[in-house]
Amino acid sequence: MAIEGDLAQMGAFLGAGLASVGMGGAAIGVGNVVGNYLSGALRNPAAAAGQTATMFIGIAFAEALGIFSFLVALLLMFAV
Amino acid sequence: MAIESDAVEQELELAIHPMDQFLVKPLFGGGHGDIGMFTITNATLWLGITVLCAIALMVLGTRGRAIVPSRSQSIAEVIYVFIYKMVEDITGKDGLKYFPYIFSLFIFILVANVVGLLPASFTTTSHIAVTATLALIVFVAVTVLGFVKNGTAFLSLFWVSAAPLALRPILALIEVISYFVRPVSHSIRLAGNMMAGHAVIKVFAGFAVVTFISPAAIGAIVAIYALETLVVCIQAYVFTILTCVYLKDALHPSH
Repeated sequence: MAIEGDLAQMGAFLGAGLASVGMGGAAIGVGNVVGNYLSGALRNPAAAAGQTATMFIGIAFAEALGIFSFLVALLLMFAV
Repeated sequence: MAIESDAVEQELELAIHPMDQFLVKPLFGGGHGDIGMFTITNATLWLGITVLCAIALMVLGTRGRAIVPSRSQSIAEVIYVFIYKMVEDITGKDGLKYFPYIFSLFIFILVANVVGLLPASFTTTSHIAVTATLALIVFVAVTVLGFVKNGTAFLSLFWVSAAPLALRPILALIEVISYFVRPVSHSIRLAGNMMAGHAVIKVFAGFAVVTFISPAAIGAIVAIYALETLVVCIQAYVFTILTCVYLKDALHPSH
């Protein structure tokens, strides 16, 4: 019985660790958005100011998916 | 050897658990006991402080109505104009009717985040209960508004007329799913960012009790605190800008 509980807990911890790998994907996505914004902004600085809001919306959408993996990790740590 | 490990254990006990700061505790009655619907907790206290600070900033700041603004008046004016332009740019002129709500949303989240950065304070926006309430109000309000303003034409939001006909049912399914995931990502983005940032500060505070790495740990706390100050403002901005985007979808559902 005790061993089963330990195994379940180990599985939850392992799963939480694996789930947080997903946040790396969000990091790549956010980096892509900002990098492409910056390279566009350096080519045409006059148009850059008008697009910052769009950039933040893009960051928010890219980040949302990383946050879902964070949520899965939190659920495994504290709710399962 | 045994003494050494005892000392290490004692040191670890002195360190605070990084998630302890998010515990909701009753203010009266020794910090433990049942939490009911109307128990006054530290969350209640800091939500109250947030509202008072927001009112103080906006009401006391603009009370003088000076032509040459004082410092607090210019802060209030800069924030007001910033959000006003954002609502106007994203939702258009007809979205300005909803500006007061969007502005109160922004100022509440901003002040709650900044107040939560104070040492030994409680970050109310790190709790999904708080952010989910804000996000659900926006979600329900925007959905109702979309149907009231456009009737069944609001459903054209899910029927992408620019796509080839064969693709449209698949796109409709994806659009419906992404529509209902909105309040989830909207609330967890704010709560997750606040919780993660504050937990990281506390983790480095835990390292600071170990003597030989404490200078590096304290330097890291300073750097992460600076980063958090930036994140706090950006997350309030992102929450508000997404509210504007959702509102725009409700007012002009055609793609």
